[in-house]
Amino acid sequence: MAHGMPAPPRLSLRGIRKVYPGVVANDGIDLDVAPGEIHAVLGENGAGKSTLVKIAYGVTQPTSGEIVWEGRRLSLRDPAHARSLGIGMVFQHFSLFESLTVVENAALALPGRPDLVDLSHRIEAVAKRYGLPVDPGRLVHAMSVGERQRVEIIRCLLQNPKLLIMDEPTSVLTPQAVRRLFETLRKLAAEGCSILYISHKLDEIRDLCHTATVLRAGRVTGRCRPADETPASMARMMIGDDLPVPRHAKAVGVGDTRLHLLRLSRPSADPFGVSLKEIELDVRAGEIVGIAGVSGNGQQELLRVISGEDPLEVAPPLRLFGYEAGTLSVERRRALGLGFVPEERLGRGAVPQMSLAQNALLTAHRKDMLRAGLIDFAAMRRYAAECIARFDVKAPGPQAPARALSGGNLQKFIVAREVLQRPRLLVVSQPTWGVDVGAAAFLRQQLIDLRDSGSAVLVVSEELDELFEICDRIAVIAAGRLSPLRPVHETSVEEIGVWMSGMWPDAVPMEPADAQ
Amino acid sequence: MRSEARTGGAGLRWLPMLEARAMPSPAMRWLSPVIAALLTIAGGAVLFAALGKDPVEALGVFFLYPLRDLYAVSELLLKATPLMLIAAGLAVGFRANVWNIGAEGQFVLGAIAATGVALAVHDSGSAWVLPAMLVAGAAGGAAWAAIPALLRTRFNASEILVSLMLVYIAQLAASWLVHGPWKDPQGFNFPQTLMFDEAALLPVLIEGTRLNAAFPVAIGLLVAAWVFMQRSFVGFQMQVAGQAEAAARYAGFPVARTVWLGMLAGGAAAGVAGMSEVAGPMGQLTEHVSNQYGFAAIIVAFVGRLHPVGIALASLLMALLYIGGEQAQQYLNLPASISKVFQGMLLFFLLGADVFIQYRLRLAAWRARG
Repeated sequence: MAHGMPAPPRLSLRGIRKVYPGVVANDGIDLDVAPGEIHAVLGENGAGKSTLVKIAYGVTQPTSGEIVWEGRRLSLRDPAHARSLGIGMVFQHFSLFESLTVVENAALALPGRPDLVDLSHRIEAVAKRYGLPVDPGRLVHAMSVGERQRVEIIRCLLQNPKLLIMDEPTSVLTPQAVRRLFETLRKLAAEGCSILYISHKLDEIRDLCHTATVLRAGRVTGRCRPADETPASMARMMIGDDLPVPRHAKAVGVGDTRLHLLRLSRPSADPFGVSLKEIELDVRAGEIVGIAGVSGNGQQELLRVISGEDPLEVAPPLRLFGYEAGTLSVERRRALGLGFVPEERLGRGAVPQMSLAQNALLTAHRKDMLRAGLIDFAAMRRYAAECIARFDVKAPGPQAPARALSGGNLQKFIVAREVLQRPRLLVVSQPTWGVDVGAAAFLRQQLIDLRDSGSAVLVVSEELDELFEICDRIAVIAAGRLSPLRPVHETSVEEIGVWMSGMWPDAVPMEPADAQ
Repeated sequence: MRSEARTGGAGLRWLPMLEARAMPSPAMRWLSPVIAALLTIAGGAVLFAALGKDPVEALGVFFLYPLRDLYAVSELLLKATPLMLIAAGLAVGFRANVWNIGAEGQFVLGAIAATGVALAVHDSGSAWVLPAMLVAGAAGGAAWAAIPALLRTRFNASEILVSLMLVYIAQLAASWLVHGPWKDPQGFNFPQTLMFDEAALLPVLIEGTRLNAAFPVAIGLLVAAWVFMQRSFVGFQMQVAGQAEAAARYAGFPVARTVWLGMLAGGAAAGVAGMSEVAGPMGQLTEHVSNQYGFAAIIVAFVGRLHPVGIALASLLMALLYIGGEQAQQYLNLPASISKVFQGMLLFFLLGADVFIQYRLRLAAWRARG
């Protein structure tokens, strides 16, 4: 390991301060990363992690403070300058061109004009080596969030960086893939590459990182060796308090079936999409059902069929509240009592430029917000204010535009908007993706409370820990097929992890006895 | 926003830079058109001086002379009427990101359709002639706008290009009609129809002026547009569909309907404006029925912040530029294109000032490198 080497730190940030209009994002942050060191930057959403790494990657310039790269003081002009020094970054919010293919995106990040065929082979090699399966010829816009993140990681690794910055890289990987990624990162570190690892996942940081810098509200609140800490002690440094643990009583009295899919099959209209194959699923009142799986395995397609954004041609395979509902519009399904929280918050779950009040109107207009086709503005603002208050959304008020909120706060608002409509069935996709631990625990508790009030809840998530924490039954989606549902106490993270690669007992009916 | 220009030595230098505002400034949203109007006047003064005219006198002719008495003001309101009508209709679409650039053509089609009715029932004297012309005008404009709407919703063809190209087809159609089938036999071979009879002309509001009943219609349309855009749920749904289509699908709002409503509102309003022109000051259809109102109304809609009150004010300003330009030709011997120059300056300064809705100017210190 490269600790205690006499050489200067690879990257040293000194007294970094960054002021945005109305907010101090970083306030006097010092941080050193040695060659070969895996250094965690730990903090809640809004703690200033993203700002700090943007400064380290030249995306934005600090208001004051110094950046020292391999012993030389310099100012990073832009990301191209950072890349020329050997700094690579995998963003949390992706920086890919949607209308281009994977290989074209990779070519754009490389200097010169690389040969695309040759580059495709390199991508396949890197993809194979690091266990990040991706087809170089695919168009990015048809890919799911998880797949796009793989492309980002591969694109970085192609440049053999000296310092790799990873912003929440594991949130969409299977446990097995996370393990493979960690092996890769350890190998990179052993080769002398420094890694700045941004995360809020405490056990991952304990598992992977040599050192950690903890941020809270823009300041450093702790430095530690994660191996010497417990998740609870790091959480205290991070949120200044003990981590809330959801009260998850067992489901009491499961009721009528609210959602029933009967051998639902649907060929994908999009050549890069996933076809759904003979999906059987039932969700009953008073329970939370979870669907695990690596993104891009049919989750998007399945959710669009359930939400009504992509209705079926025939009604019978989808039953909502006992009605054959496959062909119903979004409008009709919501009127029956369906609520839905989509994976994309800005642009789908909320209109970025519109105020929170207007975004409340988006789906909650049935809550007495219309009078003869005209909007009751007072009712609309009241509802938004209630969402903000009840879910502790950090926002200036109902008039604040949705895009001004942090990811976690916007998610709280969207979930609040759906939950406070008292849906009979709530479908939630990636409830806590990119959301800080405090808000994530809060959102999970809200889903459990909703269940306890008698609603049915369907959660699609890539975070297995989350599903095991809140769900009563769980299934896995892989290549457009859904595994059998299992009560969570009869299965394990390991078993579901294996199922995520499509290998559940009767997955392939052709083979009589599957090797366990 | 950084300049690479070097200053001597390694000191601090102060450079103006644009900084994103945390929230768009509501004050700038309304101040920006005022700033643009003032800068247009200042730019005009410089222009007049460069052309060898006394700027004060020239600005007086341009901006004050059109307001000198009741008749002049009535002419101003008459000029503002079609602009108000068209811009109110266009704003409904623009707010939903439906870009109808072809109001000029829809105006011409409205004028043609209304003329068709007027000629068909010439000398009937019926009280139903005007309402029929109004409906025909609206339908003609809407039908012309329906073509880009259909192509957009069916084949995803850009409504910007299709509506714009249809302008030239409409103009040629009008030209063909007045040179051919509809030419006034007693018109000394001029390309124009016969003059409409009394029943096909809009009643004049104030004796001795040309201001007619289209003006209250325009005001009424502005009020209706205000209710629709600011208060109605359908208007809200259209805005959502325009700003974030995925959010509209998520919420179950009809996306194709937004395109249709946006295009048809602009088309119908432009068609009514076309009708009000042939049944108003023109009294007949000629080749040059439109005076580019359809294009000027796009500027009016944006200067007016796509808000009915703003549109009312902006159409008065634009009418002033039209009439001021005519006065400048008459009294200052300046070319007719002077009003186009002013229109252009107004739009240019508006777009410039609009930057400061989202950004503010700040002096920032940079450590000089080297």
